[in-house]
Amino acid sequence: MAINEQYRTCQTTGLRVYKSAENLIKANAVVAVVFLLVGGVFGIMVALTRWKAVHLLPADWFYLALTAHGINLLVVWIIFFEMAVLYFASSVLLGSRLATPRWAWAGFALMLIGAIVTNIAVLQGGSSVMFTSYVPLKADPSFYAGVILFAVGALIGCFVFFGTLVIAKQEKTYEGSVPLVTFGATVAAIIAVFTIASGAIILIPTFLWSIGYVSHIDTLMYRTIWWAFGHSSQQINVAAHISIWYLISAVVLGAKPLSEKVSRGAFLLYVLFLQLASAHHLLVDPGISSEWKIFNTSYAIYLAVLGSMIHGMTVPGQIESAQRKKGYTNGLFEWLRKCPWGNPAFSGMFISLILFGFLGGISGVVMGVEQINLIIHNTIYVPGHFHATVVAGTTLAFMAVTYLLIPLIFQREIMFPSMAKLQPYVFGLGVAGISLFMMGAGTLGVPRRHWDISQADAVLPYDFPGAANLMMGLNGISALLAGVGGVMFIAVAVGSIFFGKKIVDSTETAAAEPAEATTATEYGSDEHPAIPGTIVLVAVFFTTFVLYYFVNWKYLAEVWPLR
Amino acid sequence: MSVTPPKSRLWWNDPVPKSELIWVIVAFVWGLIMFFMMIYWHAYGEQNLSNEAYKITAEQFSAKTEAMTEKYTVREESGYPVVHPPPGEDIYMIARLWQWWPILELEKGQSYRLHLSSLDWMHGFSLQPININLQIHPDYEMVLTITPTTTGEFGIVCNEYCGIGHHTMLGRMYVVDNEGI
Repeated sequence: MAINEQYRTCQTTGLRVYKSAENLIKANAVVAVVFLLVGGVFGIMVALTRWKAVHLLPADWFYLALTAHGINLLVVWIIFFEMAVLYFASSVLLGSRLATPRWAWAGFALMLIGAIVTNIAVLQGGSSVMFTSYVPLKADPSFYAGVILFAVGALIGCFVFFGTLVIAKQEKTYEGSVPLVTFGATVAAIIAVFTIASGAIILIPTFLWSIGYVSHIDTLMYRTIWWAFGHSSQQINVAAHISIWYLISAVVLGAKPLSEKVSRGAFLLYVLFLQLASAHHLLVDPGISSEWKIFNTSYAIYLAVLGSMIHGMTVPGQIESAQRKKGYTNGLFEWLRKCPWGNPAFSGMFISLILFGFLGGISGVVMGVEQINLIIHNTIYVPGHFHATVVAGTTLAFMAVTYLLIPLIFQREIMFPSMAKLQPYVFGLGVAGISLFMMGAGTLGVPRRHWDISQADAVLPYDFPGAANLMMGLNGISALLAGVGGVMFIAVAVGSIFFGKKIVDSTETAAAEPAEATTATEYGSDEHPAIPGTIVLVAVFFTTFVLYYFVNWKYLAEVWPLR
Repeated sequence: MSVTPPKSRLWWNDPVPKSELIWVIVAFVWGLIMFFMMIYWHAYGEQNLSNEAYKITAEQFSAKTEAMTEKYTVREESGYPVVHPPPGEDIYMIARLWQWWPILELEKGQSYRLHLSSLDWMHGFSLQPININLQIHPDYEMVLTITPTTTGEFGIVCNEYCGIGHHTMLGRMYVVDNEGI
């Protein structure tokens, strides 16, 4: 093994960057961005088709585009980027060489081949089965095969990450416990293993069914296990993007966790409870008992929600604490006003935090209430919710951290800095619009995954209220705005990576033996200043949460009695 | 910092700041409230999905629905029978590519045991504009008791993607005042 592998030390951050990890981070991040572009283009087409006045695509193309949009963004873009995050959080943050880089490249190749195979299957038109591929809708066998290959590749990546943790520990590249960000990434990787195992359990039989070796797959079993894969894959994102919130506030502001114990405890709650979320999709399915639904949908008494609510305080709290230590102590919010809002890494991270909490988090809990789900299930409210979590939360956080990775890993200066400065705002505003307008249309009953709600071809047409069409139009406009934000991001990222000015500020060293451990720095568990501004923010959040929660019970109470 | 190991080796012994402790407790209690709210609604709320469901074949379900339709059809509309079963009766609706069949006509304020199943793929029962949404599986018969409280014409949209004709899959339900009958 290449113990003598070369590394360089970044002069700005003091981080030790090994060549093998650096190359893998670069490759995964670049491929991720390519699929972001592909999936984003399909997303715009979907939104423009659902905008009644435009109605861009014919029906078959619409369902094809929607399938491609879901696969490429919910899976391919995000998991490729997460591989880069895992390698960064292990090798770079721990200053360790990467375990078995060859296996990591094999995993990368499998993921890439899988993604391409699935995309070809979708584009051929015979696999418009949506991201969920519910049986008995049958896709081309290569559709499932591609997803399985991709998952195997991702699993290899997770084990390379775990292996790197072991090597770093053995070679004593750090002292004491791993950094909080690495801890969060470990949580993401553990959830990923659970996710991929669930995916294998359901997708391998489905693949065999598609080639005729299995005769029947029960639809309820499929949904139950598939969602242990489908929902958990989005929980990997939560753990990953919250780690990135901590990472960015540490790098940009020097923020330190208020309490390591509380933040790590909150991450630990994710490992224990986030996987139960499969139930969120099964609340109005037949044949599942209310007891099962209530326990699972609430992550066992909302313990994973508790984890997210804790991060929702500790992340802004540590920012406030860091800012107050710098002297921004006037009033409740001077610390917030004086944050580096012109730095896209920071602004992207903070917008991600706010939108994830207020839009994604609250709506997710409310629609996950067993009974309230009756008025939300499969309406377009559902994509409204998950665009707030996965796009505003995860994707925007990944974009934000890219602004840090470009100088650190790619060693390039950011190109078009004024465009980069604006990008998180444009994208954030667009995504907030997408989420809000879809949720609004959903409360009016507009279905998700539907080519034409004006139902022109139906024998028994039904007219949705005019407001529904207005909302879908506004959703289209918001999607265009988010698309502009996405293009700005890709222009800055690709431009900087390939044409940006090279940064030479690191010293290359051939490590004959592992260098001395990273010095542990101080953190402010017991000495941080009071954080009144954060308390006010959290109080506003909590009030919104409680009000919105009970408003939805009120909506439910107006519906016909059912029992 | 979050990107470096904690300075204190025994970080788990450090005291938790008061503001965080309070928030953890508030959030935990809120979780308890939300958890018990679902149980409370089962006891006192009026909108709960029943747990009643059976395994069934497409032929069996289709036979039951046709028997009801034969017995209680009152008129025809766009090729669909309009079925007006007596209050309290078991009523059936078939989901299939790409229709909800038949059209049901119910009386306001009366309760019915509604049976739902799919003869082929998965479908989504979405009663509009009331906005009640249910997942309809093949091979599973879902039974729930509904009590319409508003009169008028209601649309049944399919909100689970079921192939190229998905957007044409619409059904209808009428609710009438029983004095008018």
